[in-house]
Amino acid sequence: MKTTEQIIDEILTLASTHFNVDRATLSPDDDFFKKLGIDSLQALGLLTRLENHFSVELPDYEVQGVSDFRTLAERIESRL
Amino acid sequence: MQTYKGDTLSWELKDGCIELALHREPANEIGTRTLEELEFFVDAHETLKHEAHALIIYSQMKHGFSAGADLRDLYTQAKELGFENAEPRVRDFLNRIHVVANVIDASPLTTIAAVHGVCFGGGFELALVCDLIFADKMARFCFPELRLGLIPGFGGIPRLKRDLGNAVVRDLLLTGRSINATKAQAVGLVSQLAAEGEVLKVARFTASQLKKFDRATSAVAKQFLKPIPHAELRQEIDIFCDLFTKPAVEAGLRKFVESTDALPYLP
Repeated sequence: MKTTEQIIDEILTLASTHFNVDRATLSPDDDFFKKLGIDSLQALGLLTRLENHFSVELPDYEVQGVSDFRTLAERIESRL
Repeated sequence: MQTYKGDTLSWELKDGCIELALHREPANEIGTRTLEELEFFVDAHETLKHEAHALIIYSQMKHGFSAGADLRDLYTQAKELGFENAEPRVRDFLNRIHVVANVIDASPLTTIAAVHGVCFGGGFELALVCDLIFADKMARFCFPELRLGLIPGFGGIPRLKRDLGNAVVRDLLLTGRSINATKAQAVGLVSQLAAEGEVLKVARFTASQLKKFDRATSAVAKQFLKPIPHAELRQEIDIFCDLFTKPAVEAGLRKFVESTDALPYLP
């Protein structure tokens, strides 16, 4: 069973790779829309990558309004 | 016309396969111009169907196959006319796009939607007219219409009901959630998955395989397997037009057009 911290770490690594952002500049409480500079369609791409990586389904409405990596990790954790 | 280069789409007949490329910025929103050019394609299809064995519909836009109907165009036109007067124009648009969809649906060619990225609303409905949906692993499918106070209007519900179990249709329609390609394949919507950026290549492999079959036999098999749900399609237009006159639609469209939400495409 993954811990929340492990999930956050994997999300940050995945986001940095996909959006070409230095991993060291990302923190769990960052607003990922601002930090990654992404729009709504790119956010959907991130959602798909997270679903594929963690083998979960995340209905859009569960992550709507979520803007920081930590809360995102908690949403994923509740689906693992 | 074997090749056509338009504003929103283009096509080319090559090695017995028609490739219909969607390329309207930003995400192939389907508005009046796309409809006109789809009608050009339907006219050309009358000739092309005798020369080809397959049709691939795909997108050249980065964000995906299609984000659906052009809601900004719809809102602007309805606002100009007044929402209470806009129903006849909406019905005319729907009737025209249903003609296009029905022709592609019933085409004697084997048709493949090669999908990547967003495949939402009207875009999803366009993919559903095809015999096979191939999807890039990053593709997502969604019917977000309920957030606008509407149902899908381009034939999506009857075609999805024809192809999948009713429970899947209810899940997609009533929650408005988007599902990824892996889930879409698990429920039977997507027939083949492709690696990122490879879906057109994979569709071309299959189109090439189809050349080995007798065209007339493939057409007969398709006609037997894939009846067009005409009565439900007409009913869908009526329901859509009835809903369009309700205040929820104007409010929903205005909210969408004015939204600065990070995920305006989603309910």
